[in-house]
Amino acid sequence: MVSRPVRAASFATGLPADADYLLLQHEVEQLLYLEARLLDDWNLDEWLTLYTPDARYVVPTTDLPEGDPQCDLVFIDDDRDRMAARVRRLQSRYAHREYPSSRTRRFISNVMVTAVDGDEIEATAAVAVWRFRAGESAPYVGRYDVRLRRVDGRLRLCGKRAILDHETLSDHGALSVIF
Amino acid sequence: MDVGSLVYDRPDLGKFRVHRFALVSPEIYELERRRIFDRCWLYLGHESEVPEPGDYARRVVAERPLFFARNRDGGLAVFHNTCPHRGALVCRTDRGNAHVFRCFYHAWTFDTSGALINVPDIDGYGPDFDRGQMGLRSPRFDSYRGFVFVCFDPETEPLRDYLAGAAEYLDLVADQAAGGMRVVPGSNRYTIKANWKLLAENSIDGYHLLPTHQTFFDYLSRAAGAGGRDMATLGNRQGFGRSLGNGHGVMENDAVYGRPIAMWHPCYGEEARAEIQSIKDELIARHGLDRAVRMCEKSRNLVIFPNLIINDIMAVTIRVFQPTGPAAMDVTAWELAPAGEGGARLRRRLDAFLTFLGPGGFATPDDTEALESCQQGFHSGGIEWSDLSRGLQREPRGNDELQMRCFWRRWQSLLAGTPHVEQYERGLPPGAVPKATPSPS
Ligand code: FES
Ligand SMILES: [Fe+2]
Repeated sequence: MVSRPVRAASFATGLPADADYLLLQHEVEQLLYLEARLLDDWNLDEWLTLYTPDARYVVPTTDLPEGDPQCDLVFIDDDRDRMAARVRRLQSRYAHREYPSSRTRRFISNVMVTAVDGDEIEATAAVAVWRFRAGESAPYVGRYDVRLRRVDGRLRLCGKRAILDHETLSDHGALSVIF
Repeated sequence: MDVGSLVYDRPDLGKFRVHRFALVSPEIYELERRRIFDRCWLYLGHESEVPEPGDYARRVVAERPLFFARNRDGGLAVFHNTCPHRGALVCRTDRGNAHVFRCFYHAWTFDTSGALINVPDIDGYGPDFDRGQMGLRSPRFDSYRGFVFVCFDPETEPLRDYLAGAAEYLDLVADQAAGGMRVVPGSNRYTIKANWKLLAENSIDGYHLLPTHQTFFDYLSRAAGAGGRDMATLGNRQGFGRSLGNGHGVMENDAVYGRPIAMWHPCYGEEARAEIQSIKDELIARHGLDRAVRMCEKSRNLVIFPNLIINDIMAVTIRVFQPTGPAAMDVTAWELAPAGEGGARLRRRLDAFLTFLGPGGFATPDDTEALESCQQGFHSGGIEWSDLSRGLQREPRGNDELQMRCFWRRWQSLLAGTPHVEQYERGLPPGAVPKATPSPS
């Protein structure tokens, strides 16, 4: 029988699975859970504060999950200003697909820190967003690839690429919530 | 319900109504499949999607699986996606490049022109087996300026005749770049739980723009800052709707946003001004002032009967919708860009699309909501007819409903099997070219 070291290196990063690593893993998870909670609560102003001023939020199309917003058509390619405009729109009562607001519940799992490069951290997570409205229910299922950075001691998101697993938005008709 | 009386068309009384039975009934949907979708030219795809020999893309058109390919000689081929042997789908991926198409079931193999080139253990079929008769089958197809259409009825007129006045509007898109236009990778695919004809109406409905898409215009004026246009003046923009013959229609309006070709807007930033002016200058040199200004500064929402929309607005889009029942349709939309365009120009164009369009845009989700809302409302009863009489008694403006009435008149005559009488009301006849007022810049 082969004996294995008790404290295996983290699979994705090769970093030693020491206390710092476990703390970082915990911190990343908690930030993603907080984001999910704020979005589910429609606390969108607070949600924006989780992102750095240079943040980018991208959702590729379902038929081109590897899509690059520089040269391909994507669903969403927001800088921080347009993220704020998106929030403003959703809060306006005139984003008709979301007024009255849908009820959502976000499930985040399979969180893995995949790289640590200087002060920038990369992580990935599986996500399911259940959305209920007007007699319909449908989940958005996919993956987050996020980049994070510490600002004034607190971990913040500086990039999120949210990749849908669906072939088409056949059950949803739109991507009207923040995914 | 008599299918010939679903459209109440009385311009003399100022009345035009559509019976809501036309929008909810499964029987009507079945009739539409046979009398409209089995007869009309239907958009399949764009030639730029299959540029190289062996490139292919698959589609579902009017519930029929099809695929198209560039064959070894550079020609375009369109196939029914079903194996001549016993039926399996031959093309089972959305796009790619192939030397041959092999059916996975019993491994019959076809070349990119559809010829059957290999049958495992062909001896089992005996000496009379004619491989030449067993290739992939093609529907009737033709292409106009890169837009590829199919037709399942041999009697229907040729594509160019079918397009009538809509052809000139396809020219206005195709001529925007000397090297032609291409479909950008990535598409919008979503389902709307509403009758397909509501999306035809919505796509050429200028009346809903301000009330429904208030948040888009709010975003635009904020993003533009002090240089932005006063949104209160939007209602005064000049425009008109017109019939293009055969049920096709368009609304053509002053653009109230930037256009990557080639109308600057504060959203693009000062640094884009000179480049956009140079695109405009180049178009003026190529097309003359009138046509170039029209290309640059007017927005056009075009319906090609029955289910193709070309929006030449803050972005150039192809949108096609396939009904799957009386209250559901699958929508696919693509963006067009000049072939070879890259860098900041392409980024500006891609970004302009996202502000308004697509499932994550600041406007399209609200259209989806509006259509589904209408579909639900139809079941309330109490009201039998929808009203489309707006502008019936004046020169048709861009936010009137003339272009929808053209659609419905064609729909009615095809469904009832009555002769189609073109009725242009007022305004421009289908063949005429509108005159643009050149701007000083
Ligand atoms: S069904 Fe295609 S080879 Fe048999
Ligand atoms: Fe709209």
